[in-house]
Amino acid sequence: MALLLKNAHVCDPQTGVNEILDLVIRDGVFAEIGKNLSIPKGVEIDCQEKIVIPGIVDMHGHLREPGFEYKETIASGAKSALMGGYTDICCMPNTDPVADNASVIEYIVKRAQEQSFCRVHPFGAITQELAGKKLAELYDMKQAGACAFSDDGRGIQSAKMMRAALDYAKMFDVLLVAHSEDETLAGNGCVNEGIASTKLGLPGQPGESESVMVARDMHLARLTGGRVHVAHLSSRHGVDALRAAKAQNLRVSGEVTPHHLFLNETDLDDSYDTNLKVNPPLRSIEDQEALIAALIDGTIDVVATDNAPHASQEKEVEFENAAYGSIGYETALPLVYTNLVKSQRMSLERLVEVMAINPRTLLGLRPVKIEVGSQADLTIFDPTKTKTFKAGSFASCAQNSAFIGKKLYGVVTDVIVNGYHTLQDGKVIAS
Amino acid sequence: MLSTHNLLTIDNLSKGDIESILTTAQSFEEINKRSIKKLPTLRGRTIINLFLEPSTRTRTSFEIAAKRLGADAINMTGSASSTVKGESLQDTAQTLNAMACDLLVIRHKFGGAPRILAQNMDSHIVNGGDGIHQHPTQTLLDLYTMRKLVGDIKGKTIGIVGDIVHSRVAGSLAPALNALGAEVIFIAPPTYLPSQPELLGASVNTSLDACIQDLDILYLLRIQKERADGSSIPSAREYSMLYGIDEKRAQKLSKNAFIMHPGPINRGVEIAGEVVSDPRVKILDQVSAGVAVRMAIMYLMLGGEESGITA
Repeated sequence: MALLLKNAHVCDPQTGVNEILDLVIRDGVFAEIGKNLSIPKGVEIDCQEKIVIPGIVDMHGHLREPGFEYKETIASGAKSALMGGYTDICCMPNTDPVADNASVIEYIVKRAQEQSFCRVHPFGAITQELAGKKLAELYDMKQAGACAFSDDGRGIQSAKMMRAALDYAKMFDVLLVAHSEDETLAGNGCVNEGIASTKLGLPGQPGESESVMVARDMHLARLTGGRVHVAHLSSRHGVDALRAAKAQNLRVSGEVTPHHLFLNETDLDDSYDTNLKVNPPLRSIEDQEALIAALIDGTIDVVATDNAPHASQEKEVEFENAAYGSIGYETALPLVYTNLVKSQRMSLERLVEVMAINPRTLLGLRPVKIEVGSQADLTIFDPTKTKTFKAGSFASCAQNSAFIGKKLYGVVTDVIVNGYHTLQDGKVIAS
Repeated sequence: MLSTHNLLTIDNLSKGDIESILTTAQSFEEINKRSIKKLPTLRGRTIINLFLEPSTRTRTSFEIAAKRLGADAINMTGSASSTVKGESLQDTAQTLNAMACDLLVIRHKFGGAPRILAQNMDSHIVNGGDGIHQHPTQTLLDLYTMRKLVGDIKGKTIGIVGDIVHSRVAGSLAPALNALGAEVIFIAPPTYLPSQPELLGASVNTSLDACIQDLDILYLLRIQKERADGSSIPSAREYSMLYGIDEKRAQKLSKNAFIMHPGPINRGVEIAGEVVSDPRVKILDQVSAGVAVRMAIMYLMLGGEESGITA
């Protein structure tokens, strides 16, 4: 069945398009792109006032299955991602059992296929049991469907181990995603060392506990020629280390989360709001500004959610006992749109790059371009409409959002995956 | 009456509140000197001391204060270390709330924990020390003691010496002194300093010898032995060489100045045994002020005015 999108503001920097157009989708691909198009039969969707971009991809999230289904399942997480406009998401391997072998990857792939909210791409662990001691079977996991590898949640503390992983992974040309945290420097710090630690009387950890690890991995990228992608950058010095490595043409990249872009340690105020307990912690205003600047100037390649669902009993406790993380799928696009594009700090094209094009390229997923013949994956949002995010309103099992109470522009209305309408007017279409 | 329902941090209190507490404490200090120390003021009221971290001195002080006012004081102890085992703090709070207590004192190893009680209970919540955050009743008894010793605190110079970053005592004392117009100096090695001392209203001097003669009050903090193991400072011995109050340093301190300490003291580390008996050392004055000040807080929170005190 054909789909006709009428009067859409279509933006795709890959093809240079940024204008009002009609799109015809047939058999999962774009069949016609132009003005005043019509189709003999099929469904016509009025996209007046709406922005249509290549389907957005999240390369960093936790779906908790297997092992922690009380927090989230692959299906519930994927549904939340669909509500947020994502056509593709990734899940980190810190499950129980850990996704450090092909059979767990196969299980995740199978569970992912049992739902149709969005595509789910599992990450495999770099080291066995995420212990940082012995390489996991990267080849076997890749064959089973792992799209990239990470020990996210814990940094690989041994430089020797990280070097071996980078060297070994080169032969498959896969991406290694580094959780950059020097545990000796971070200690038990659960907030930024600075205003938050001083005022709240909570153990702090400096931004340098990230930046020393980023710097190390940049050196190892040079030594090995391997590909390092820095997860959830939070510190300005971490950004500087990435920028310097890129200037040397190393094969490195980096991502930032919406919460590190749009919150800082002063947002903790004196509330001890455990939804703002994230790892790495919310840092200073200077760090936040540096992250925004780096996203705009190209140093940071990707906005990734680090979607981290937790049950209420894991958050409604003492701050130091609370689990780390915030859910992020449903708020990411509205946050980036409202705070950076609508405020004219960043172009819409750049939003498409950091949320759709770059994560696809880094992960080696099939490209999506708004041009005739390309796979038709689209995210459609309304830049004029607002939504106030409330606890209880998220499609995720978990409600631990750092952005509860925020009113944001850019409400996601429709998603099209492979030519199928999976989200229509904000409602999930079951299939 | 106080302007605040709870005492979670020292800045919950207005200047007027602090004034009321310190004035009321004066009457109670008188009563504490009588042979019969018990008042009927809070008869029938229930006060729970929920101490989820080991403490003998502070708990005893709260218990005595409650009992002297005629309240029923119940002590609960336990461990707050685990989220996995046992009941959550939220559930503990709701359980205690269902038992209808009037005032609850919480000591907890983590900063911010008293808020969880305040969010889940109707009773008044008093922070009896939370992690490395604040210890507001200690601050009030310190202010009471200081005022008795030096009069108006405004314009006085107070040096706080020791492991500031891990001290809930300094965490509430420094901002309170700053708000009352005192000059606060943190005197400590950089490894013992918070990230942004100015946010607590203090300046920094790493040399005690450079500023000891300028101090009106020398406030010593206890050095935790487990934090003097080479990770932050080389040894208790070297700490003592730089910051310990021996007779020589005691001589440099003005004869009109005073030495305070929240206790318990480590003789030979932060203060030499010989100096403890120096008349300028007012540690035991702080301890007795503690009972009177805690009585005043309970009395003002539970609206004791109606029954009146017969001091």
